[in-house]
Amino acid sequence: MATMERKTIDLDQGWDYMKGGITKLKKILEGEPESPFSSEEYMMLYTTIYNMCTQKPPHDYSQQLYDRYREAFDEYITSTVLPSLREKHDEFMLRELVRRWANHKVMVRWLSRFFHYLDRYFIARRSLPALNEVGLSCFRDLVYGELKVKAKDAVIALIDKEREGDQIDRSLLKNVLGIFVEIGMGQMESEVDSGRFMSRLHAEECLKKERDRVSHYLHISSEPKLVEKVQNELLVVFATQLLEKEQSGCHALLQDDKVVDDLSRMYRLYHKIPKGLEPVANVFKQHITAEGTALVQQAEDAATNQAATAVGVQEQVLIRKIIELHDKYMEYVTHCFQNHTLFHKALKEAFEIFCNKTVGGCSSSELLATFCDNILKKGGSEKLSDEAIEETLEKVVKLLAYISDKDLFAEFYRKKLARRLLFDRSANDDHERSILTKLKQQCGGQFTSKMEGMVTDLTLARENQGNFEEYLGNNPIAHPGIDLSVTVLTTGFWPSYKSSDLNLPSEMVKCVEVFKGFYETKTKHRKLTWIYSLGQCNISGKFDQKTIELIVSTYQAATLLLFNASDRLSYSEIMTQLNLTHEDLVRLLHSLSCAKYKILIKEPNTKTISQNDYFEFNSKFTDRMRRIKIPLPPVDERRKIVEDVDKDRRYAIDAAIVRIMKSRKVLGHQQLVSECVEQLSRMFKPDIKAIKKRMEDLITRDYLERDKENPNMFRYLA
Amino acid sequence: MASPEGIEALCSDMEVNHTDVRVLMLAWKMKAEKQGYFTLEEWQRGLKSLRADNVNKLKKALPELEKEVKRPSNFMDFYSYAFRYCLTEEKQKSVDIESVCELLDLVLGSQCRAQVDYFIEYLKVQTDYKVINMDQWMGFFRFCNEISFPDFNNYDPKLAWPLILDNFVDWMKEKQA
Repeated sequence: MATMERKTIDLDQGWDYMKGGITKLKKILEGEPESPFSSEEYMMLYTTIYNMCTQKPPHDYSQQLYDRYREAFDEYITSTVLPSLREKHDEFMLRELVRRWANHKVMVRWLSRFFHYLDRYFIARRSLPALNEVGLSCFRDLVYGELKVKAKDAVIALIDKEREGDQIDRSLLKNVLGIFVEIGMGQMESEVDSGRFMSRLHAEECLKKERDRVSHYLHISSEPKLVEKVQNELLVVFATQLLEKEQSGCHALLQDDKVVDDLSRMYRLYHKIPKGLEPVANVFKQHITAEGTALVQQAEDAATNQAATAVGVQEQVLIRKIIELHDKYMEYVTHCFQNHTLFHKALKEAFEIFCNKTVGGCSSSELLATFCDNILKKGGSEKLSDEAIEETLEKVVKLLAYISDKDLFAEFYRKKLARRLLFDRSANDDHERSILTKLKQQCGGQFTSKMEGMVTDLTLARENQGNFEEYLGNNPIAHPGIDLSVTVLTTGFWPSYKSSDLNLPSEMVKCVEVFKGFYETKTKHRKLTWIYSLGQCNISGKFDQKTIELIVSTYQAATLLLFNASDRLSYSEIMTQLNLTHEDLVRLLHSLSCAKYKILIKEPNTKTISQNDYFEFNSKFTDRMRRIKIPLPPVDERRKIVEDVDKDRRYAIDAAIVRIMKSRKVLGHQQLVSECVEQLSRMFKPDIKAIKKRMEDLITRDYLERDKENPNMFRYLA
Repeated sequence: MASPEGIEALCSDMEVNHTDVRVLMLAWKMKAEKQGYFTLEEWQRGLKSLRADNVNKLKKALPELEKEVKRPSNFMDFYSYAFRYCLTEEKQKSVDIESVCELLDLVLGSQCRAQVDYFIEYLKVQTDYKVINMDQWMGFFRFCNEISFPDFNNYDPKLAWPLILDNFVDWMKEKQA
């Protein structure tokens, strides 16, 4: 792309100019009085290199500039850096080395910025070492090459000194070793036996040193500030000691009466001092945060060792422990700190910090939802009394207040609630309703409206089933010949499910028709969409030894019924007949031929399903039970749930922005963002970048525009 | 109405490459609406304001035109015109990345070489955006004028800078670390 005619820059002329910049840089490094590079100076230097590289031959000087770049370092090192290192010895030499290395890195950074254009084309095209590399290698070749023996000796001397009990500058040693690692010379480490050295350092650092408590004479001076400071200091130290003195672990509070007494006394004392409680509240907050974070870390470590993808036992234990922690410290707030708002606030902020950490790949929202599911489902917490369950549910809901992604929790909860309701896995209806009431109280009606709708749907469905059976009784011809029960769900309340185009076996087709007929007598204006993936079926398997009743999903039933008509079917034949996706089919066939109960025989007899497999009915199958359930493992929904929630958030942010701008008409950017965050905080913590992105979208869609005079203001476009 | 071929002919008469930025400047001066075309009215308007009545005089007026465009009071207008000129379809609001890179180099390269070079590099590697809209285009101009480069000391992502510039600054800082 041609631009204006430029005057050709001659190499020497251009280089003279660059030398000016290099000289200035050297002065800065040597500590001479020199102003830092301004934007204009930088740009001029950059542009000079750019121009010299983009001129037409014979004036394109890329090669020469690349060479002179290296020469600049060599010259500086030879004339200034090496002499200054040569004249120093031992520890002083090491210090100078550390200083010169730091300087060198700065020089490389700046020069490579000026010469950056070379990196983009010349160097890339010729696969030459990059500017960075060249700069560093100059130091390595010239400085390290000459000094490595001397440096090694100096380091060993220092270590010996320390071994003899003298104080040495440990940070200097660490820095020097760091340099050699950076330059890529591992040799220095092995030569110096730094392993031993490093572990000794570590051991000493691990020894808790006593804090130097300088005892001052408390001058009762007219310096109130000094008095305040000292009082605060004592307060803080005392409070820390107290909190650390108590037994670690989550025992029930109030075991250590003395701690409670001390804290209460302290509270009473310092309550009277203006702002006296703030440092105590701070220590309280830090202490809780540390304990909570440690719990989370424990769970995280255990989770990584288990390498399980589903939410494991450790994570459930974590929620319990967090609840216990909350109980414990809430008691402190009520008993020792007289319910003072400062301490409520400290507790809240502490919990908000560690309750939002991820454990084993699961967000805290998911963990909490799984915890609830475990309590509410059959076989979950049957050992607990009703009261205990109620209490736990109450505490769980309180914990939700600290979680920022409440909408994510709601979605996970809804998904699990759906499974409990549809597969009749809910332990107790009263508990289900009770937790919804608590959630409603805490988070508002909108939060729970869909879930309540789901529970109501189930109640209605039972009624409806009664009516359906009556209908069949009155119309015996219509009867499909199979016991059928249908649950009608209101679309908006339930999570979205993919409806598939499963080819139903003929027996089931009749069922669907009959129910449709019945449903039309009740209402005319509704459309029924059948979700076969959620259905369940009881099938009689007439095996050679005995007939066994199989409890399977509708998909599995449809697959098995195919074998009434054919002895042997290939994967592709089954796929064509059923019209399912590969993903579904593989899962399905696996559950019937490769899992615990092999109802179908697979050829070849491998552990996974391939598209070349053949299947046959396993007539030899038997089991000691008369009735067995063949589970179909569910698809991992986590990713989809997170995606769905992200989508909903985009709409929510859009709506919030439009709402705010519509009422304010004109608003500054920061205010808009903060109001947006506030409005949405009840459900989630919006990412600032996400808000910016939505604003951009709204600008493109002509809802908003940027103010012409003030680029930080936005206007609503009616 | 001069068509693209006609404009090419014109350019060769003026001894100017048809991709030269001065052609764009001419279009600006003429307030030409459609890329690649000059209507008679626009043509006459341009000639009149440049006080040229033949191609020779037009060619001689080019340096003066360049100076005029570069005046701070005019340049922002020229810069935004350059973007609008690329919106060739009706209702088109954005320009694809590749064209934006070329346009930036052409229009802003000589003045803000370093920023333009680095930004173009970034545009080519990032995957968040496939097109640039007018707000982002103008944002970059403001960025070059106001923000200290390459340290970005006075850049505040909490202000209303377009997100793509926030991401650009992050990318630059990572590169320099």
